[in-house]
Amino acid sequence: MGYLNGTLFGDIRIRNRSLSTLRLIELAVLELQPVSFSIQPGECVCLSGPSGAGKSMLLRAIADLIPHDGDAQLDDQKCSEMIPSQWRRRVGYLPAESHWWSDRVGDHFLEPADEGFEQLGFSSQVMDWQISRLSTGEKQRLALLRLLTNQPDALLLDEPTASLDAVNVRSVEAMIRDYQQIHSAPVLWISHDPEQAQRVANRRYELKAGVVQEVNL
Amino acid sequence: MNVIPLTSLDLILAAGLVAVLAVLSLMMQLGLAGRLVIAAVRTTVQLMLIGMVLNSLFANVHLVWVTLLAIVMLLVAGREVMARQQRRFGGLWGYGLGTLSMFVSAFATTIFALLVIVSTDPWYEPQYAIPLLGMMLGNTMNGVALALDRLTTNAWQQRGVIEARLALGHEWRVAMGDITRESVRVGMIPIINAMAAAGIVSLPGMMTGQILSGTPPMEAVKYQILIMFMITAGTGFATMAASWIGARHLFDERSRLRLDRLIQGRSK
Repeated sequence: MGYLNGTLFGDIRIRNRSLSTLRLIELAVLELQPVSFSIQPGECVCLSGPSGAGKSMLLRAIADLIPHDGDAQLDDQKCSEMIPSQWRRRVGYLPAESHWWSDRVGDHFLEPADEGFEQLGFSSQVMDWQISRLSTGEKQRLALLRLLTNQPDALLLDEPTASLDAVNVRSVEAMIRDYQQIHSAPVLWISHDPEQAQRVANRRYELKAGVVQEVNL
Repeated sequence: MNVIPLTSLDLILAAGLVAVLAVLSLMMQLGLAGRLVIAAVRTTVQLMLIGMVLNSLFANVHLVWVTLLAIVMLLVAGREVMARQQRRFGGLWGYGLGTLSMFVSAFATTIFALLVIVSTDPWYEPQYAIPLLGMMLGNTMNGVALALDRLTTNAWQQRGVIEARLALGHEWRVAMGDITRESVRVGMIPIINAMAAAGIVSLPGMMTGQILSGTPPMEAVKYQILIMFMITAGTGFATMAASWIGARHLFDERSRLRLDRLIQGRSK
């Protein structure tokens, strides 16, 4: 893919980080049974289940955005022992609906980013675009880029391709796979589409009636 | 004092105008007649009562009585701030946040004015202390109520944005920054506008009252300027304190947005 040096959103060798495993330790939120599982570095796990089962809630709890019991852990660092903003930066959570607070696309990016935009079908002028003129799909792809320029160590993705056409679904999947491999990032991916799970995931979990269970891909 | 005393008949004549207005709004089915009459009765009773209280207070100058009246005024203002919010904090916070901000700001500026600027003797001389505090509280109350209402309403409406920013690793201060600034601005704009319009568009009530009672206009003007500055400072400090503490309390120790700390207040 042309990222032999690992330049997609930063050179992993310069950052000198160890490989990250994402662990959930008896993580429990509201009516969900406590959840414990691990995602290895560079591994992608798909999470499926009926609407309203609590998949998004589980991701929000891992990102420590809602009160929960139990803990989550990246390498040997526990969420409860880290400064919240640092933890959230490391576990990169992408909400299903993207949110924007400023007028211009570029205002939402901390570092001037130039990677990845072409791969997702944007021209180099995208930073000057007005948020109000973006389509839902464009917002969803830009929200992913915004997240990846943060260089998180793990990815928590809530239906990242829900409002995209087939071509864009494939390019987003490819970009996430590249990131996952170059950064050896564990990925937890909520998807309703069994075919997508087969394309991207190494394993699959199902959340049903408050219980998370591993199922066949 | 060369003020012309008003008789009961004078007040009845003025009340007649309100009565005409009430009849008109009945005929136009505005649904306001009842509220109008109740408000007019309230203003009469409440002002009579405070007049009697001030009469006896002026006759018995004592720090305890002044403090007692000041506390009652503060508590009523605190209740009013709480009642004006569509979404407010539950529990003690709902009442305490606005009341505490007003207490710190309005009391501090009033005491500063009494001790340092006007230099009354004793410093709690009720003829100065009570009207000053009353004007401070009245304006601070408006500022704090506007600011807190905007703060909680905006946080509620923009919860998606706030959480998106938290998820990107922003500190709660940054994620909430636009909303906090906006609420301070909303709380301070009325008094800034009042300063800008004073004397041209409007003759402030306090100055008008002093002139009516025979004070030389320039003396009344100087007092009005003093009051304007005090009110602006007091409202500004209280609004900033309430907005900042309120914003802080919307997040818990793990910087999570906790909108469950808000309850639905009385809707307008």
